[in-house]
Amino acid sequence: MLNFDVMVSSLPLYFGGALVTLKLLVVALGAGLAAAIPLAVMRASPNRWLSRPVWLFTYVFRGTPLLVQLFVVYYGLAQFSWMRESVFWQLFSSAWFCAMLTFAINTCAYTTEIIAGAISATNHGEVEAAKAMGMPPLTLYRRILLPSALRRSLPAYSNEVIMMLHGTSLASIVTLLDITGAAREVNSKYYLPFEAFITAAGFYLALTFILVSLFHFAEKRWLVHLAART
Amino acid sequence: MLHGFLPSILDGATVTLTVALSSLAIAVVLGLAGAAMKLSKSRAAKALATVYTTVIRGVPDLVLMLLIFYGGQLTINELAPKFGYREYIDINPFVAGVSTIGFIFGAYLTETFRGAIMAIPPGQREAGIAYGMTPRQVFVRIVFPQMVRFALPGFSNNWLVLVKSTALVSVIGLSDMMNRAGLAAGATREPFTFYMTVAALYLVITTVSVLLLKVLEKRYSPGVKAASI
Repeated sequence: MLNFDVMVSSLPLYFGGALVTLKLLVVALGAGLAAAIPLAVMRASPNRWLSRPVWLFTYVFRGTPLLVQLFVVYYGLAQFSWMRESVFWQLFSSAWFCAMLTFAINTCAYTTEIIAGAISATNHGEVEAAKAMGMPPLTLYRRILLPSALRRSLPAYSNEVIMMLHGTSLASIVTLLDITGAAREVNSKYYLPFEAFITAAGFYLALTFILVSLFHFAEKRWLVHLAART
Repeated sequence: MLHGFLPSILDGATVTLTVALSSLAIAVVLGLAGAAMKLSKSRAAKALATVYTTVIRGVPDLVLMLLIFYGGQLTINELAPKFGYREYIDINPFVAGVSTIGFIFGAYLTETFRGAIMAIPPGQREAGIAYGMTPRQVFVRIVFPQMVRFALPGFSNNWLVLVKSTALVSVIGLSDMMNRAGLAAGATREPFTFYMTVAALYLVITTVSVLLLKVLEKRYSPGVKAASI
């Protein structure tokens, strides 16, 4: 049977971990999304000099495991003496910063492809109408392409957010005490793997459900015009 | 450049590929079973499959892997003495890694296969039954060949994610590429070189997979017209 005393007494550790997980998630998603919008515009551009470099970036970051990326940033960069002597070393020697940076770049790559796909899938009539109205390119993006593309990205983006939530569990491998880190600590302290990891799984499940219902609301608010009519 | 560690890392790459392909085999079996349960008329089977896909897709791979690795170890060592076995048993990280990844991606493939089966017009199956085929024959001759075409895009995606999640088996001590690179990095103090090598090898694996899956997609879509814009 599960040892509920240990589960209850270690709950504060898990709630602390949940805070770390959420912090990592919010920072990574915020920075990743902010960078992904201009990159997606470049990726969807007919100009090869703009779209190719972005394609290469997303190809590399979507083609390699997040764990490898995290290790390259956290352990790898320390190999270079110019890095260790630079002003950035303060940042790059912290597991927090490396995890946030890696997660942000990783989610940025996936989000870029999602939004670029939505931009390319815009009905050509809408673009033609805007051009016929004499809209300059910037206004066209601001008023027509981006509002519609971002809305249509919502379902795919909600998947990406869940993937990123699960991705943050890797932070425990580079010593951060997130939810998984809390579970690993409880397991090594009491050697109760079921109690430790089932509690963590419960926390992740709860967070997943909360995020899914948030996106459900967002879709109701912004995507209702595309909902199936009944 | 790699201080003679290249053979070791390439050896790790074969471990990575073995883990990926073995877990894919488990995942396909579980995925087909899960899809069959979700599409069956039995309420219990449907509920069980729904719990499986919801829980697995809501929890990170790493947590499940640690749960199965440490939990499995504990369970086996508690059960073994009851069968008269007195020595401490170390769970094999290969078995733990492959079964966890297979179990996780079985849930993702359940959804892929379910969607693919539902995309086949019911008349196809009914025609098979009308010809007097057994349910097995209907599946092998009618449903499966058509299902492959609908399932391939989702399957390709799942495979690419699966390959990347094999990097996690290094955490439970399996000597895959990642693990070998860690050892080499420790010995030479050149972590960047070795982790970048692993990244490049993963990129090669995903690129080759994408190309192969494209060929497969063509092979299973004869006579299907692609709309041109």
